[in-house]
Amino acid sequence: MIKHFLNFEWKQFFRSSYWQKSIALNILMGFLALYFMLTFLVLGISIYPILKKQFPESDPLIMVNGFLFYWFLGDLVMRFFMQKLPVLNIKPLLILPLKRSSILNYVLGKSAISFFNFLPLFAIIPFGVILIFEDYNTTTSLIWMLLMYIFTLIINFLNFIIEAKSAETELSFLPIIAIASGLFALNHFEIISISTALGNAVNAIISNPILIIIPILVLVGLYAMNYAELKKKLYVDGSLKAKADVATTTDLAWTRRFGDIAPFLQLDLKLLWRNKRPRSSLFIVVIGLFYGLAFYPNPTFQNLTPMIVFVGIFVTGIFMINFGQFIPAWDSGYYKLLMSQNIKYKQYLNSKYSLMTISAVLMFVLSIPYVYFGWKILAIHFAAMVYNIGINSHVLLYGGSFNRKKIDLTQRAAFNYQGTGAVQWIIGFPLLLIPILFFYIPYKFINFEAGVITLIVLGGIGIVFHQKIMNFITKQYLNSKHKMISAFDQNN
Amino acid sequence: MIKSTELSKKYGDVTVLNIPSLEIPKGQSFGLVGNNGAGKTTYFNLLLDLIKPTTGKVLNNEIQVNKSEDWKPFTAAFIDESFLIGYLTPEEYFYFIGELRGMNKADIDTFLSQFKEIFNDEIIGKKKYLRDLSKGNQKKAGIVAALIGNPEVVILDEPFANLDPTTQIRLKKLLKDLTVKNKTTLLVSSHDLGHVTEVCERIVVLDKGVIVKDLETSEETLKELETYFSV
Repeated sequence: MIKHFLNFEWKQFFRSSYWQKSIALNILMGFLALYFMLTFLVLGISIYPILKKQFPESDPLIMVNGFLFYWFLGDLVMRFFMQKLPVLNIKPLLILPLKRSSILNYVLGKSAISFFNFLPLFAIIPFGVILIFEDYNTTTSLIWMLLMYIFTLIINFLNFIIEAKSAETELSFLPIIAIASGLFALNHFEIISISTALGNAVNAIISNPILIIIPILVLVGLYAMNYAELKKKLYVDGSLKAKADVATTTDLAWTRRFGDIAPFLQLDLKLLWRNKRPRSSLFIVVIGLFYGLAFYPNPTFQNLTPMIVFVGIFVTGIFMINFGQFIPAWDSGYYKLLMSQNIKYKQYLNSKYSLMTISAVLMFVLSIPYVYFGWKILAIHFAAMVYNIGINSHVLLYGGSFNRKKIDLTQRAAFNYQGTGAVQWIIGFPLLLIPILFFYIPYKFINFEAGVITLIVLGGIGIVFHQKIMNFITKQYLNSKHKMISAFDQNN
Repeated sequence: MIKSTELSKKYGDVTVLNIPSLEIPKGQSFGLVGNNGAGKTTYFNLLLDLIKPTTGKVLNNEIQVNKSEDWKPFTAAFIDESFLIGYLTPEEYFYFIGELRGMNKADIDTFLSQFKEIFNDEIIGKKKYLRDLSKGNQKKAGIVAALIGNPEVVILDEPFANLDPTTQIRLKKLLKDLTVKNKTTLLVSSHDLGHVTEVCERIVVLDKGVIVKDLETSEETLKELETYFSV
């Protein structure tokens, strides 16, 4: 039986049009995986010598154990956003003559061999091997390695339980954030020192190997919990059925003042709010807003004026770039409707443009408090906003006419590259980097004001010729209309 | 009203549609039948300029559909679920389409009241998004949306599939009224010979992209079609 399951898995992976179509994307993912593996490997190899050198009096193993808490917490949070129990694929298996228990064991067992569980091994094994060479007791090292892997699996199965529970309560990622930050706070403010407790526990186990039975029991318990939880839901009206949300109707009457683009604007706002994938681009906006805080408080940064342009474009344009990149793929699910309805293409595109403009202005207004770090920042943010509205938004719309990738709106966003084609990657960098160049040249040869004015003038030109540019862009969309329709018609 | 000349569509070497000439006069209810792969949906997609013809052209009220967008104001269609916007509630969807066709909320509410029977209390006011409705109810919503704003040309691909028997009967009556009262040009395709002979005054049979029969509906039409397809 397992043979068939593995065979399906293999076919599912290699026959998905995903794999066949976007080799570039797979190479990118491959590099990312390689990067993480190397990082962990370097970590595993270097941590012992580094700790030995920095803290010659302490035992590196004990120190590492003291930090395990943070690793586990980080691992748990990361998994929550990126790892998912693949239950939906088993629907066709239900009516076949298979025992439910073997389906369940297969689904749960499969999750144990995911990339997330292999990654830590790249750090665990080198560190453990070094321990052996450094004259630690061989049993101690082996038990430590085994224990770390058991913990990895515990996190694996714990994550699915948290995911299942938060899905039931409709709170999406709030519980995990609350739990993680709660634990972190308890530990950080030394109300309960969990990291010390965990460290002591690990130390106790490696010095007394029989105690390893405790984490093994925890693991078995979690597996059983997952098993029971899944078993309850293994019906087509259970978790196999996509969840129906309760619809909330909103009027959005204020959009009326935008005239004939109002219906599209309303549609876009609903699109953003009611679908998982675009909704997360709203959350990214919040992150983007605080992005400046990572740089501005640092005094050395104040001298790197061109870098402020980068942050400015980023802060005022983060929504624009995130949303604009996938025009018109956001509407790919019902593109045929839009193309056969009584719609002028230009109106449709203008609505997207307006949304991007509004976002840029709003982000600028919200970023005004950065003036605390100097008026130059405010001036550059303003210039960046004008540049984004005049140039970047048009570039994004133009780039969209090359978009041939469907987006399934119900999929989640983190590490979901659905809809991204090579063009989207290529377009991303110039949006952020070219304005720096436009600023830097006059800044270098004349002065700061000249750089700011250059950006504003360039953006201004884009705004003045908006109608002309839109006519050109509309023509591009009309030319590629049929190609887009047929591309959006294909399922990934 | 709709005139196709030398219309053909090829994918590679395979010709999926080849219609030298077909004219559908204004106000006619026109039925398209044929087995899977006969080219029914391809033909409708060509009428709506959703795919490019390999040769020939389609004129909708003297407007060539792939040259100008001016046929859109008086043409409406429901081909498949991809004509629905999944994250809207049915009401919002109707209002959106209404707005595109120059009708305000009140107009739409009045318009929708005549479909109360067809909706059977399962569509309006249910606090559900279109993506969460059953296939049959999605179809009802799509068909009704295609009738918004009294379009002169209505194109429906397989309107009877997935509908319950009661709705099928109501829909047949509705479609018949449409051509009689409003002079709407109606194009439907169907696999159900009974339905299509009941609704349409003219029936065209497609086979592998070619017109093999073009019949004026009469008492004998259903028999004739059944004999043709039972081979």
